[in-house]
This record gives sequence, structure tokens and C-alpha cells, in this order.
Amino acid sequence: MSRLVAKGLTRRAGGRAIVDGVSLELVEGEFLALVGPNGSGKSTLISMLAGLKRPHAGDVRLGGARLDKTPRRDVARAIAVVEQQAETGERLTAREVVALGRTPHLGALSPWGEEDEAAVEAALAAVDMLRFADRDWHSLSGGERQRLHIARALAQEPGIVILDEPTNHLDIEHQLAILALVKARRMTVLAALHDLNHAALFADRIAVMDQGRLVALGRPGEVLTPERIATTFKVAAMIETAADGGCHIRFMPLPHGSQPPSRLPERHDKPRVINLLHGRV
Amino acid sequence: MTPFASASLRGLAVGAVCLTLLVAALLFGAAIGETRIPLETVARTVASHLRGGVHGIDPIDAGIVWNYRLSRAVVAAACGAALAVSGVVLQSLLRNPLADPYLLGISAGASYGAVSVAILGLGGGFLSLSVGALGGALLAFGFVVVLAFLSGRGPTAIILAGIAGSQLFNALTSFVVTKSATADEARGIMFWLLGNLSGVRWPDAWLAVPVALFGLTVCLLHSRALDAFAFGTHAAAALGIAVRRVQVVMIGTTALMTAVMVSLVGSIGFVGLVIPHAARLIVGVRHGILLPTAALVGAVFLIGADVLSRTIIAGQVLPIGVMTALFGAPAFALILVHRPAQTGGGR
Ligand SMILES: Nc1ncnc2c1ncn2[C@@H]1O[C@H](COP(=O)(O)OP(=O)(O)OP(=O)(O)O)[C@@H](O)[C@H]1O
Ligand SMILES: [Mg+2]
Repeated sequence: MSRLVAKGLTRRAGGRAIVDGVSLELVEGEFLALVGPNGSGKSTLISMLAGLKRPHAGDVRLGGARLDKTPRRDVARAIAVVEQQAETGERLTAREVVALGRTPHLGALSPWGEEDEAAVEAALAAVDMLRFADRDWHSLSGGERQRLHIARALAQEPGIVILDEPTNHLDIEHQLAILALVKARRMTVLAALHDLNHAALFADRIAVMDQGRLVALGRPGEVLTPERIATTFKVAAMIETAADGGCHIRFMPLPHGSQPPSRLPERHDKPRVINLLHGRV
Repeated sequence: MTPFASASLRGLAVGAVCLTLLVAALLFGAAIGETRIPLETVARTVASHLRGGVHGIDPIDAGIVWNYRLSRAVVAAACGAALAVSGVVLQSLLRNPLADPYLLGISAGASYGAVSVAILGLGGGFLSLSVGALGGALLAFGFVVVLAFLSGRGPTAIILAGIAGSQLFNALTSFVVTKSATADEARGIMFWLLGNLSGVRWPDAWLAVPVALFGLTVCLLHSRALDAFAFGTHAAAALGIAVRRVQVVMIGTTALMTAVMVSLVGSIGFVGLVIPHAARLIVGVRHGILLPTAALVGAVFLIGADVLSRTIIAGQVLPIGVMTALFGAPAFALILVHRPAQTGGGR
């Protein structure tokens, strides 16, 4: 059940397609990184892949079966999602939040069992949050909350884990630790990431979104080219490729005049900004 | 002993204590009143009724205990439990700490149904006040549901639709009362609206108790689903909850429970708002334990409020809604003040 195939996914909002005909296959066991500028449709695509939002066109299949025809409980046993933002007003402890991950494994009458306890304990340990287990959710920092969301997803024991910017509140140690952790598990991972170096370091494949479209998909070395980065992210990049095929990217602002002519949206305030800059020089 | 065996033992012990508390509250409810009847007489009356046939007890005392006070205490307990459970469920489902069972227009609709019967003479004398109230409650609830459905179905849409429905039906009630009611009728209706257990007898209990037990059971069966709503509907769906179905079943169940209780005793305020918060302070937010706790606290609270309403002014019975609000409002204020501050995030 760890094979997720999307065909022609489209979703419209505000009079335009915010995800536009995206076809994508998540191969069993791989780490697929989803990158793209703000507003390029990553979170929307993720919601559709997890069955939380319905596509207006196209469909998603999980292990061959249509996702929207699969019972939610079965989907939740196969796919865990960590959303970009999720907050609660309830006074839950850290452990109770992680325990929510067991929900799809528990029936209305089945009691909380030893394996549930073990899964919660292991997940707390995996994200280095055991010491905080009995703390109140609202007393925890942003990064600690994020690690708990990830622990909750791990406690769900899914075949596929989908993470929307899992590292955006984390310190550098925990950024690397979390990504290494999900990669080391025998899980299929789809993660929206903003740090292209992290994507290059951890991902087996990288998917690039731009204005709702999937504009590139492939191995890090193939996808992360200076041209691609310049057109999609509007920055210049130097890419150092290591002998083992890994790469490291250094960024700098695009020099004036060398902006790729095609995709930059019109900005009405541009001339003023340039004048200001010129005035300073 | 494994931790799980000990946990279920502890559950049993807590359950036994709760049951004892409830029975004690019922007996006290039957003992206390204008004429104080010894607890022993109460116990013997109950025991002999359960065995069938009353012997060796003053028949007047026995009559007061059995026919008047005990039935009343049982209905109060059922109402308290049902309203508290409904409050817990709606607060969790709508993620709003101010939600209460009357949010969905039920109390306003019941008032309108009651005045339609009592003042406009709807049903030509064949309809009782309770039937009218039940009809009005369901009518208003239907109105709110349709409005919520049309306006986006999210928690905010439901709350706004509830406010609109309540305002509409309250306005209709005021219209009828000011246009057609005599001063006496207006006073009677007012008394009824504030909650009134005076006319309650065993047949009411035979309706209220099964409805409360049924509602509590249905909600308990959904307790894990309710837990999963802590981070919102999206997160609940991601945890495998069939969000739409759970919302429909839970809102329908609480609406039914509330409508039946309101039609029996009027709209007793504050129980459905305050008791859930009090119960959360005692046992936390997990619904498996929160729901039964709220039910118990609500039941005991309302039995106590009823006793107070009968005894606080000699020779006069106050509307029970006045008592719940008199004690509920300060209690609510205390809870708010003592609630540990939430830092960051959240609502
Ligand atoms: N209801 C809506 N109405 C109009 N536009 C919407 C709506 N929902 C989303 N959008 C737009 O769709 C685009 C894609 O949003 P999405 O959240 O998927 O982007 P993202 O790639 O995850 O961005 P980020 O990196 O900032 O998280 C955004 O431009 C957003 O403004
Ligand atoms: Mg996003």
C-alpha cells in the first residue's frame, strides 16, 4: 500500500489553477523532496495527495485503489501527514498529542494496549522529546511542537509519510536529525522543503513546483541546475558536485539585467526600487 | 500486575465511586425539601418500591419521596448529564470554548413551540407544552442546519447559523408573548423558560433517563474521534476520522438529547457551558474519561440546584435556571481566573 500515484491533479482557487495538471508517482521506499517558491502549490498538492482536499480534476491512487473511494481509516494507516500549521486550544500534554497518532489503529471499543504505548514511547524518543513527554502543549516552543507532530506521524506507523516543511521551526541539529530519521526508516517520504541543500542531501528525487505546475522531476544532480534555480527561484547559484554524486549549492542574488526574461511576474513598484538602489550607490 | 490490568481496575474503582456519588445525590435530593424526610425513610421507600409493595412507612412520606421528589431528582440528573455531555461534544467539535447545547437554536425553538401551544393555542388543546417545545426545538434546529449547510459548513458557519436561528426564534417568542399573552400567561411562560421541574413525574423520567443514557453511549463510542478533532478537522481526517459522518452523528445526537430535555423542563442555562469546563479541569481533555465525568458532575450539580431552588425561599419554588446561573456564573468566573494561562499559538 506504499505506492501513491497521482494523475493530472488540478485544483482551482481564486479564479486560477493553484495546482495545474500535476502527475507524480511516489515510488515505494524513496525520499521525494518537493521544492518551489512560496505559493507555488506545494501544500495544496500535498493535501490532495493525502486525500485531505479533493482535486477538481485528476485522481490519486493508493496501492491501485482510488484514494477518495478508500475508507479514511485505511488511508490513515497507510499515510501520515504533518501539516504546515496545526494548533490546538485543548490542554493536551506532549504525550497525548503523540498518542493521537494511534487513532487509526484503535476501534471505538478496543482498549489502549501495550503496542500503542510502545509506539508512542518510541516515537517520542525518535524526535528527542521524551524529556518533554508530560509537558503541556502550550508550554512548548515552536520547534518542540513541530517535533511532536512528527512523532505523532511516526506513532501512526504509516508506510508513507508526507511532511509539509517539517524543518521550518527546527534548529540545525534537529533539522538534520529529523530528515535523517525519516530517511533511515523504511518509509516512503514526501517532504516539501525550502532548503535546496537539504533536498540535495537527503532526497532520492526532487520535484520542482512553479506556479502550480510540476516543472522538473528527477535526481538532485539533474534537477538542481543553475538554469533551473534561476528561472524558478530567481537567484543565481553555483553548484559544486562531489565525487559521490552529492552536490552543494551556493546562492547569490541575480545580477541586474541577467534576470531570466520569461517568468518574472510584473511588479509595478519595480522602477522605484531600482531608482532607490541606484540612488544609494 | 501489568499496567493495563491495574488501569482497568482503577477504572472500575472510579466507576464504583461515581455510581455511589450519584445514588447518594439522588437520595439526598429525595430527603431534602420543605418537610425533611430522614434518609432512612427514603432508603426504605426506594427499597420497598423496588421489591414491590410498601410496608411499615408513613404513606404520606413514602408518597412524597417516591412520586414527587425522587422522580424529580432522577429527571434533574438525566438533564444535567445530557446537557453537560452535549456541551463537551459541541465545544470539542466546533473548537469553541463558548459553545453550549443551546447554540444550535434548540432552546429558542423550544420556547417558540411552547408559547405557540400555551398562548396561541396551537393544536387546539390536544398538544402538551412539552410536545410543542419539542416540535419547536426540532424546527429551529432544522433551520440552523440548513443555514449552516448553505453557508459553508465549517465551525464558524455553524456557530453563526446558530446565532441567527436563535435570534429569529427568540424574536418570534417575544412577538407572541407581547402581542397575545396576558400578564399571568407571560409570567407562567417566563417561569417555564427559565427551567422548571415542578410538574415532573415518573413518566418524564422514563423518557429522560433512556435518552440521556443513549446519548452518552453514542458520544462515548465516538470519544476517540472527538479526541482527534483537537487539531482541527483536517488533522482529524488525516488520523482516519470520517469527519463529515462524525459531525452529523454527534451534532444530531446532542441536538436530540437537548431537545428532549428542554421540552421536559425548559431551558436550564449554564449547565451545558460551565460543567464541561469544570470536568476538563478535573480529568483533562480525553473524551473517554471527560464525557462520563461531565455527565456525573452535571447530574449531581442539577440535583443540587433543584434542591436549592425548592428550599432557598420557604414556601416558594424558584426556577431552577435562576439557581444554575446564580451558582454557575461565579463558578465560571472562578474557572476563567484560575485557568492556567496558555502561551502562544492556540486560538
Ligand atoms: N482559497 C484560496 N483562494 C485563493 N487563492 C488560494 C486559496 N488557497 C490557496 N490559494 C493560493 O494558492 C497558492 C498555492 O498555495 P500553497 O499553500 O499550496 O503554496 P505553497 O507552495 O505551499 O507555499 P509556501 O511555500 O508559502 O508554503 C498560493 O498562491 C495561495 O495564495
Ligand atoms: Mg505551503
